[in-house]
Amino acid sequence: MTEAPLPLEADMVSRPLWRLGVTSLAPFLGMLLVAVIFTILSPKGLTWDTPRYVLTHTVAVGLAACGMSYVIISGGIDLSVGSIIALSSVSGALVLHDGHGITLALLASVLTGLCCGLYNGVLINLFRLPPFIATLGTMGFYRGLAKWFSGSSAVRPERENLKGIDEWMLPSPVELNAPSFLGFSVGVWILVGVTIVMAAMLRYSLLGRYTLAIGSNEATARLCGIRIGRTKLLIYALAGLLAGLAGLMMFARLTEGDPTSAFGLELDVIAAVVIGGASLSGGQGSVLGAFGGALLMAFLRNRCTAMGLPSYVQEIIVGHIIIIAVAVDQLRVARSRS
Amino acid sequence: MTDPAPRPAAGPQPIGGTGESPLLTMRGVGKAFGPTVALDDVALSLQRGEVRALIGENGAGKSTLVKILAGAIRPDAGEMSLGGVPFRPSGPLGARRAGIAMIYQELNIAPHLTVAENILLGGERHTAGWLRTGGQMERVRGALARLQRPDIRPEASASTLRPAARQLVEIARALVQEARVLVMDEPTSSLGAADIDHLFTVIDGLSAEGIGIIYISHFLEEVRRVADTFTVLRDGRVTGEGRTADVTLDELVTRMIGRRLEEMFPKVPHERGEAILELGELGGERLPVDASLTLHRGEIVGIAGLVGSGRTELLRVLFGLDPIRQGSVRLATFAGRKLDPHRSLLGGMGLASEDRKEEGLAVDRSIAENTTLSRLGGLHRLGFIRLGAERRTVWNWMKRLSIKARDPGAPVRSLSGGNQQKVALARLLHHGVEVFLLDEPTRGIDVGSKAQIYRLIGELATAEKAILVVSSSMTELIGVCDRIAVMRRGRLGPFRPVDEWDEHALTVSAVGGEGARV
Repeated sequence: MTEAPLPLEADMVSRPLWRLGVTSLAPFLGMLLVAVIFTILSPKGLTWDTPRYVLTHTVAVGLAACGMSYVIISGGIDLSVGSIIALSSVSGALVLHDGHGITLALLASVLTGLCCGLYNGVLINLFRLPPFIATLGTMGFYRGLAKWFSGSSAVRPERENLKGIDEWMLPSPVELNAPSFLGFSVGVWILVGVTIVMAAMLRYSLLGRYTLAIGSNEATARLCGIRIGRTKLLIYALAGLLAGLAGLMMFARLTEGDPTSAFGLELDVIAAVVIGGASLSGGQGSVLGAFGGALLMAFLRNRCTAMGLPSYVQEIIVGHIIIIAVAVDQLRVARSRS
Repeated sequence: MTDPAPRPAAGPQPIGGTGESPLLTMRGVGKAFGPTVALDDVALSLQRGEVRALIGENGAGKSTLVKILAGAIRPDAGEMSLGGVPFRPSGPLGARRAGIAMIYQELNIAPHLTVAENILLGGERHTAGWLRTGGQMERVRGALARLQRPDIRPEASASTLRPAARQLVEIARALVQEARVLVMDEPTSSLGAADIDHLFTVIDGLSAEGIGIIYISHFLEEVRRVADTFTVLRDGRVTGEGRTADVTLDELVTRMIGRRLEEMFPKVPHERGEAILELGELGGERLPVDASLTLHRGEIVGIAGLVGSGRTELLRVLFGLDPIRQGSVRLATFAGRKLDPHRSLLGGMGLASEDRKEEGLAVDRSIAENTTLSRLGGLHRLGFIRLGAERRTVWNWMKRLSIKARDPGAPVRSLSGGNQQKVALARLLHHGVEVFLLDEPTRGIDVGSKAQIYRLIGELATAEKAILVVSSSMTELIGVCDRIAVMRRGRLGPFRPVDEWDEHALTVSAVGGEGARV
């Protein structure tokens, strides 16, 4: 009964690869379109430096979006990432301020994020709080902690105590003799690495498969013996951990641990994930898409600044990009179902 | 209500005399989706007060036909007339205004609104957008009175209603909106015997008022009870039409599937082995109250009973989805004590849920993902899933169970009910389950798939698996099981060999001679 007959691959209709890629490619195609439009509108500002600036500005949101993808695909939401970023950038700053090395600062930030994420997960599991409410609460909690630990003002380590971490987030590291690879700084490569690993995990790992299953139908996942609580805890912990890493990157860029930084950034992170094709009701989404979404928003901001447009124009445009992205996705889904 | 009102000996006769024009006619209706022909030259007519059963396997074209009637799909060919005038609905709203009301399988009730608000929904009377209050309650009460359920209070919250009452609320909505044709899609699939009786009384009453009813059902016994006439569809064509009184069950099945009824329940020889699962006075939070049974390898055991008697709850408690209040579950293949779904599956016990769409399957995910979800072991290396191996494995199961789909990557949503159910079973097979808990394994699926599933169950018993089947279909239990017990109000009655039961005995046992529940 359990012995399966020999595989007969020849009978299997295989799915064209391009169809698998469409979902995650959409934001990139969108960006290409926006790039073309902006190049036509204002070709002057666009140089080979633009990608470096854009990517550098994507790092914090992009890292947090990798974790947020898992949360949203599992059918949850994490409103506390902005506060986690602020808190972990403060804790990283405090470690460096006390004269410790980069490794310890990295550890401090990441562990801070991990603890925050675990706390979110525990609240959601133990008290059956809806993720929206639990993380709305911890959003204030972590922000409060950040202000407490920093004494309500930005923590600014001495120049020599930075130990070169400020060079991690330079848009043009080569010109400044900072560590770089192919012209991009350390921070950009961290983002690229994390994105690839997280994207692969979603598709190929048990955690990824379980995340999709829980988001698609939690009752089914339970029926199949998946430990829902454990998996969710892991998902929120992972999101916290990556927000912690994003916090350190934020610090590296600003060279100060500002407890009021990253205010409202959770909305940018969620927007990136949604532009990337994730459904807020869970069950679908992609990490590469979220990366593309973050990139698209950073690119728009960069272009608007280069064209000298006031910040409200950026906000109007970015707001509509989110709306258009989701509307297009809805149309696509509606068509595929009919 | 203690007892359903006695049904008239014969259903009301259709009024369709020679001179009267039919209420509804559909002629030469055709529809193709791309290369697939869903309907081809289909004709159907309905007199005032006629109850016409529309039967056929899944994919035969019933829902397409009904959707055309409801204005949700535009036909490629054919014409319709309603009340003697040409009927070309511009959309669902147009069809509704013309007097076509649909009662779907998935009940459309807003749980947070009251019964009255639900009944008036979409048909509210208003002045410049402000709801009118005068006379509205009378409309609601009038509709509920026609359904003979004065106990459903208009001001009650719809969330407090049981499925049977929710369905009546939907029918009341159609009455308030003065429907002339009522289309009911599998209306009894989630009802117990008493509720079904009541529904049939209601249908008789409505047809006596002159409302035409199109009744879609897989339960052929029911069709013969409630419908005056029938239309059989197979592969988008009408393969039979006539009066239900003039046809036998066997003939109906033959017209539906092109084969005979005896082939439905293939006898696969199997032999009872050692005990594998023992329940001792098992009780859940509410239901079941007290259930003891011993399940052996190579044995198919059935549990009959009304919906709500605690059959589903028994399986859920036993599998570990719901907490155990008292008693014990002993699984020979699992050493630990406390069971949860994870441990049950480790011990080789698997559950196929009665609710495929809400619980059994993640319908937006692929066949492959749904099949392998409970056991990815052997398909991953260092925590990373080998997608190619997964596809091949799942493809084998698809062939083994003849799941009709182009690709293991196709979303489960795109499959027919029968194929979806086979995916749910493929998951248990892939997991290598020893104890199969099957809750309504053939609910709402086509006859062809049913026969395949019955054969599969027999083969599982031959392979020394243990199978526990819960079903509302007495025919099915008698057809596949070795032993059957009846559950009533959470208590499991004695098990008796199948040849000591017939449908009548099962029914009497299920209602317990105390009359029907409300």
